[in-house]
Amino acid sequence: MNGECLFVLGATHHTAPLAVRERLSLDAGAADALRAELAGLAGLREFTLVSTCNRIEFYGVAADASVAAAVQRAFCVRQNFSAAEFEQFRLSLSGPGVLQHLLEVTSGLDSQMLGETEIFGQVKEAYGLAQANGHTGAVLNRVFQKAFQAAKHVRTTTAITEGQVSVANVAVELAGNIFGSLADARILLLGAGEIGEKTAKAFQSRGAATLSVASRRLERAMELAETLGAFAMPFWLMPVKLAEFDIVVCATSAPDTVVSRPVVETAMRRRPARPLFFIDLALPRDVDASVAERENVFLYNLDDLARIADENRAAREAELGKCRALLAERTAALWRQIEPRLQAGPAVSHATDHRTEPA
Amino acid sequence: MFAGLTDRSWLWLAAECYLVGLLLGTFSLLRGRRQSGAWINSFIAAGYLCQVLGLYARGRAVGGCPLGNSFEILQFTAWSAITLYFFVGVTFRLSLLGFFTSSLAATLTLVSLAIPAWDATRREHIFGGNPWIELHAALALFSYGVFALLALTSGMFLLRHYSLKSKQPGGAFSFLPSIFDLDHISVRLLGAGLVLMTASLAVGAVYWLRDTASVNPTKLLFTVAIWAAYATALGLRLRGVLLARRFGWAGVALFAAALLSLWPVDASRHSPVAAPAGRTVPR
Repeated sequence: MNGECLFVLGATHHTAPLAVRERLSLDAGAADALRAELAGLAGLREFTLVSTCNRIEFYGVAADASVAAAVQRAFCVRQNFSAAEFEQFRLSLSGPGVLQHLLEVTSGLDSQMLGETEIFGQVKEAYGLAQANGHTGAVLNRVFQKAFQAAKHVRTTTAITEGQVSVANVAVELAGNIFGSLADARILLLGAGEIGEKTAKAFQSRGAATLSVASRRLERAMELAETLGAFAMPFWLMPVKLAEFDIVVCATSAPDTVVSRPVVETAMRRRPARPLFFIDLALPRDVDASVAERENVFLYNLDDLARIADENRAAREAELGKCRALLAERTAALWRQIEPRLQAGPAVSHATDHRTEPA
Repeated sequence: MFAGLTDRSWLWLAAECYLVGLLLGTFSLLRGRRQSGAWINSFIAAGYLCQVLGLYARGRAVGGCPLGNSFEILQFTAWSAITLYFFVGVTFRLSLLGFFTSSLAATLTLVSLAIPAWDATRREHIFGGNPWIELHAALALFSYGVFALLALTSGMFLLRHYSLKSKQPGGAFSFLPSIFDLDHISVRLLGAGLVLMTASLAVGAVYWLRDTASVNPTKLLFTVAIWAAYATALGLRLRGVLLARRFGWAGVALFAAALLSLWPVDASRHSPVAAPAGRTVPR
C-alpha cells in the first residue's frame, strides 16, 4: 500500500502503573529535545506529543507502519527504557482507532477522573506547540480541530462533566451552592494537615481570597499560611473569631469535638442572616453533629462528601455509553474525510495543508 | 380586536408561549440537563408581547387600565411579574428563575382564561375617570407582580435549602442558584414590592381621606392587612428574626394570602355590569 498511516503510540494510566509512568515521563527539556529529534525522523510527516501526568502519547502521520517503531526506538533510547519492557505497557493504535482514542482523550472519557476537563486544555496546548513548530499538517490539523469540536459537543450535550468527583471539589461546589461566588467568602482552615491543605487549595482555585489557618501548633499554622498566602491564627481564638468566617474546613487530628454546639450558637447570634458552612474532614469528627439542626448552619462530613462524589462519578459513568456513541459517529465521519488523504499520500496532504489550517 | 385577533386570543397565545417555556424547562430538568435560558427567555418574551397586545386591546375597549374583574387582575399580575423578571433576570442572572417565572405566568394566565365566569362581567368606571385612582390600582397590582416574583425566589430558596440540609445537592437541585443569592434578591424584592404598595396606598389614602365612604371597608381591611404583613416580614427580616427557611415560607405564604385577598377586594367593589360583548373588545 502506498498511502500514509495514522498512528498513536504511548502509555497511559490504563496501560502502565504509576511507577512505570514516572520513568516514562518527560520533563520540558527532554520533551523539546525529543520533538527536535522526531522532526528529523525520516518518514514521519506529522506528529504531536501529548504529555501529562497520566499519559504520554505520540500522534503521528507516517509514510509507513515502520516509522511508528522508529518513534518508539527514539523515545525508549532517550528514556533509557528497553523496547521489550515498553511494549508490555504500550498503547499502540492505528487507523480509525486513533481518532476514537483522541476524541475520547480530549473529551475526558479516557481520564483517570472521568469527565475532567483539564485534559482538553493539555491536548490543546500540545497541539498548539506542535502546530507552532510546524510539526502538524493537513491530517493532524483536521484531526485535532475535530477532536476539540467533539469534546465541546460531548460536554454540552451530555452530563459527563456534571458534578464534582473528588471530595475537595465536592466541598467547594457545595460552598458555591450556599454562597454563590467564593470571592467574598471568608474561610477558616482548622488543622494544618494534608487533606485540609488540599481542600484549601481547591477553594483558592475557585477564587476564594480570604483564608485563615488555625492549628494547635501555631508555627505549623504559620508555615502553611505562608505556603497558601493565608493568615495564621492561634487555635484558641477560634471560638471567639468563628462568627467572622463563612466556611470552616475542619481537619484536625483532635480526639474530641473541636467545634461544639454552644460555640456555634454564640457565633450565629452575631451573624444570624449569614450562613455558616462546616466541612468536617476529620476522623474522629471535629464538629458536633447537632450544629446542623441550627438554622443557617450547614454541616457536611467526610462520609457525606464521599457519597456525593461517588454519586456524581456513577452519574458520569452512566453517561459513558452515550458519549462513546456520539464520538463513534464523529470518528466515522472524520475517518471518511481523512482516509482519502492518507491513501493519496504526501502530495495531497501537503497541497491542502494551508487550506486546512485552523482559523 | 388587534391585528385581527380578539384580546382573549392574544392572551391565549401569551399563555401558550408561557406554557411552552414551562414545558421546555421541565423537559430539560427531567433530562438532568442545564436549562437553555435563550429558548425559555424567547418564549417568555413572545408570551409577554402577546400579553401586552391583549391587555392593550382590552384596555382600549374599556377605556382604561383593564382591572375590572378577576380575569383582568390575574392577567395584570402575571404581566407585572414578567415585566419585573426581565429586570431581575438580566441583572442577577439567577439560574432557573426564567423557568419558575414562566411556570407562574402560565398558571395564572391559563387559570384565568379557563374560567369564563371570571371574565363574564366587569366593573365599569371603577376609577371614576380619575387617573390617580387608576395609578393607585396599577401600582397595587404591580406590587403584586413583585410579590409574585418574591414567592418564586422564596420557593427556589426553600428547594435549595432543603437540598443542602438533606444532603442531596445533585439532580435538578444542582441547577438552582445559591441560597445566599436567593436570600439577597428576595430581600430586595420584598423591599421593592413594599415601596410600590406603600406608594399605591399613599395615593389611595389621599382620596379616601377626602371621602371615607368611597372605599369599601372590606377592601380597605384586606389591602392594609396585606401591606402590614409584608411590612412586618421586612422588619423582622432586617432585625434578623425572620430568617432562612422561615423567611422563605413567609414569601410564599404571603403571596398566597395576597392572591386570595383579591377576591374579597374585587367582590366588595361596585356592582358589576356585563363584560364587553362576546369578550371581543372592539377597536
